[in-house]
Amino acid sequence: MLQSSPVLQARGIEKSFLGVRALDRVDLTIRAGEVHALLGENGAGKSTLIKIITGAYRRDAGDILLDGEAIDPRDVKHAQALGIGTVYQEVNLLPNLSVAENLFLGRQPRRFGLVRTGEMHRRSRELLADYGLSIDVAAPLGSFSVAIRQIIAIARAVDLSGKVLVLDEPTASLDTAEVEMLFDVIRKLKSRGLGIVFITHFLDQVFRVADTVTVLRNGRLIDSRPVAGLTRRTVISLMLGRELAEEERRAGTAAEPDASADAAFRFTGYGRRGRIAPFDLSVGRGEVVGIAGLLGSGRTETAELLFGIEPADSGTAEIDGKPAALTSPRAAIAAGFGFCPEDRKVDGIVDDLSVRENIALALQARRGWAKPLSRREQVELADRYIKALDIRTASRETPIKFLSGGNQQKALLARWLATDPKLLILDEPTRGIDVGAHAEIIRLIETLRQDGMSLVVISSELEELVVYASRVAVLSDRVHVAELTGEDVTPDGILNAIAAAHGTASVEAA
Amino acid sequence: MIRSKYLPVLTTLAIFVAAYVACVLQFPNMLSTRVIGNLLTDNAFLGIAAVGMTFVILSGGIDLSIGSVIAFTGIFLAVSMDTLGLHPIVAFVLALLIATVFGGVMGAIIHYLKMPAFIVTLAGMFFARGMAFLISTQSVPVSHPFYNELQSLYFRLPGGGRLTFVGMVMLAVFIGGALVAQRTRFGTNVYALGGNMQSAELMGVPVARTTIGIYALSGFLAGLSGIVFSLYTSAGYSLAAVGVELDAIAAVVIGGTLLTGGSGFVAGTFLGILIQGLIQTYIVFDGTLSSWWTKIVIGLLLFAFIALQRGILWMSERRRADWRGVGAPA
Repeated sequence: MLQSSPVLQARGIEKSFLGVRALDRVDLTIRAGEVHALLGENGAGKSTLIKIITGAYRRDAGDILLDGEAIDPRDVKHAQALGIGTVYQEVNLLPNLSVAENLFLGRQPRRFGLVRTGEMHRRSRELLADYGLSIDVAAPLGSFSVAIRQIIAIARAVDLSGKVLVLDEPTASLDTAEVEMLFDVIRKLKSRGLGIVFITHFLDQVFRVADTVTVLRNGRLIDSRPVAGLTRRTVISLMLGRELAEEERRAGTAAEPDASADAAFRFTGYGRRGRIAPFDLSVGRGEVVGIAGLLGSGRTETAELLFGIEPADSGTAEIDGKPAALTSPRAAIAAGFGFCPEDRKVDGIVDDLSVRENIALALQARRGWAKPLSRREQVELADRYIKALDIRTASRETPIKFLSGGNQQKALLARWLATDPKLLILDEPTRGIDVGAHAEIIRLIETLRQDGMSLVVISSELEELVVYASRVAVLSDRVHVAELTGEDVTPDGILNAIAAAHGTASVEAA
Repeated sequence: MIRSKYLPVLTTLAIFVAAYVACVLQFPNMLSTRVIGNLLTDNAFLGIAAVGMTFVILSGGIDLSIGSVIAFTGIFLAVSMDTLGLHPIVAFVLALLIATVFGGVMGAIIHYLKMPAFIVTLAGMFFARGMAFLISTQSVPVSHPFYNELQSLYFRLPGGGRLTFVGMVMLAVFIGGALVAQRTRFGTNVYALGGNMQSAELMGVPVARTTIGIYALSGFLAGLSGIVFSLYTSAGYSLAAVGVELDAIAAVVIGGTLLTGGSGFVAGTFLGILIQGLIQTYIVFDGTLSSWWTKIVIGLLLFAFIALQRGILWMSERRRADWRGVGAPA
């Protein structure tokens, strides 16, 4: 590949949020005329890095160089003026204004203080002609499809900035033909010498348009290399990770293979149209079943289905051989289920409530509001779990938002453990928490399993998953494509299963 | 096909024309320039205030202080001319200055303290009304030769109607308002704020400047409306113009402007004012109907327009959903 000069260089970028490190000395080099794919799972630091480059966040440390000169984007507008434009998945334009007004907002051509509408429309048509669009520029933006709006957003960003274009998951809501249209635009811009950063979780698209791939994981730069010569499997293994800290490895012991002898929870042909294809899953007493797959493969959808957040429309659920109707989270909780969701900030913790109140929440919900837990019971409960799980908090009355990610996660776990669940579903329990807490969570999962609890754990950390899971269901494109047992439960085995699925399902993903 | 953004204002136009034709069929005398001239004169102060309200609502806000500012301006003018002996022009300039600054300060509070416009302008409403009472609780008459001159100034329309000075001021404000809304960057920014505040900010709209500008403009026009009201009534009274802000909001919404902001026209508000005026004129001509019928008809029209806007929104969303249906589930 021709090595053109770097147009944008980020070096040693660091950023922390409330003591949690989101980016740890990350480098990124974008060359003129290249499409640079930025990959990583949720929470890997992609969006934080992009927001720093585009001025939405300020970095804690590191340098950003544009054309070799150090820059310090204060805000989005400043970054734009410097030459870095961004287009987000949710198009950030104004649907109530006309196409032309969107393109020229804030820089409309004027004469005597009045906007020259005709001139603005003419220039808009010229601008869009470069992108192969011939549309009525006086019509409101909202009357066009998402793909057209996406291209208009790109046209605006390029016209304003013209050096680096950041595309944040631009294809997430487009269909195949629209993606093709967008890729034509990207290739055209590439030939004009723009540096293009492309964030996506569709691997096939990476191989179709990108020249270079940079992979982030847990806020760290994993690798950056040309796409030519890379295989899908290599990229997946870079994203999901192959190394696990020694301490974490020691935290868990290998799961006993005979644990699945009697399946306490059995789901047959369980599925919901548009969310996840029907699957079979059984979890034995004292067994941990892992769920693996790339972002968007249907991991969280599976968990939400099991917990009744999105009730199943096909298949049956059995608990100890008896059919169960899991039509709502309430029903699932009554049946002895617990669920720690993926995004604990949004779905899990109640920010302003104390640690005590957060822990007591699920138990209280199960008892119903007519039978309140007394203050004394709540205190006992909270103290017991703060001690048992070693939740580090100033006091049990501290609002939970002041705790670190790992301790919030432990408080959430405590919330469900307090209800004494028979089946606990954990969605990414170790995401975004530091290494020490990581090992503790793994140890805790192991303890719960030995105590006879059934667990379903979703994780993108394969090395971690194989430590505690005796079986692993592998997902791809919202289908359970494989279930690995016994000897096959290794990081390599899981990677192979994911990569195999991606090879066959590539048409759909595009 | 008619673009959906013009649909509400065209509906208003159709309703106005139909209502006027119905009135004329019953009372042929209503088809005269005298009626039209009076309609403009009688509604001049409301129309001017409604132009300010149009900008505020287009930006997604609301201004409840208008009626109080009109009353304050009226009493301020009366007292400063009558008691302090200022020349009307000096009093006008002072009144406009105070009203504009008052609006600007409310805008600044709304923006910088991130307070809902409803609360801030509600406070402004009480404050301005209270200040009016502080100046005088009496009705203060105005008698100044300059006032008489302005009041007797008119343009004779063919057919004997009179386009009075205040009517001309209102027409000028509507034309100026439409120009600002449609043909200036400030106008586009107002629509942008009403469309989506965050997107507008990301696209570089100066949110602070625009928000303050919108409420300052509304304050200025409320002040101007107060001057017109003072010319119209030849007096200042602290209890005047109670609820005018609600009439103005009604005119804006009947004129087809979306209450949530981002869509609508100043010209639509003009039609909204004319419809309200037409109903009042009809009641005067009829002679037997109670004036409360104005309120009842306005209420029904408001309901109809809110339903219409919902319908249009719903239809455009469904059309968009049809497009999206192709790629699902993604």
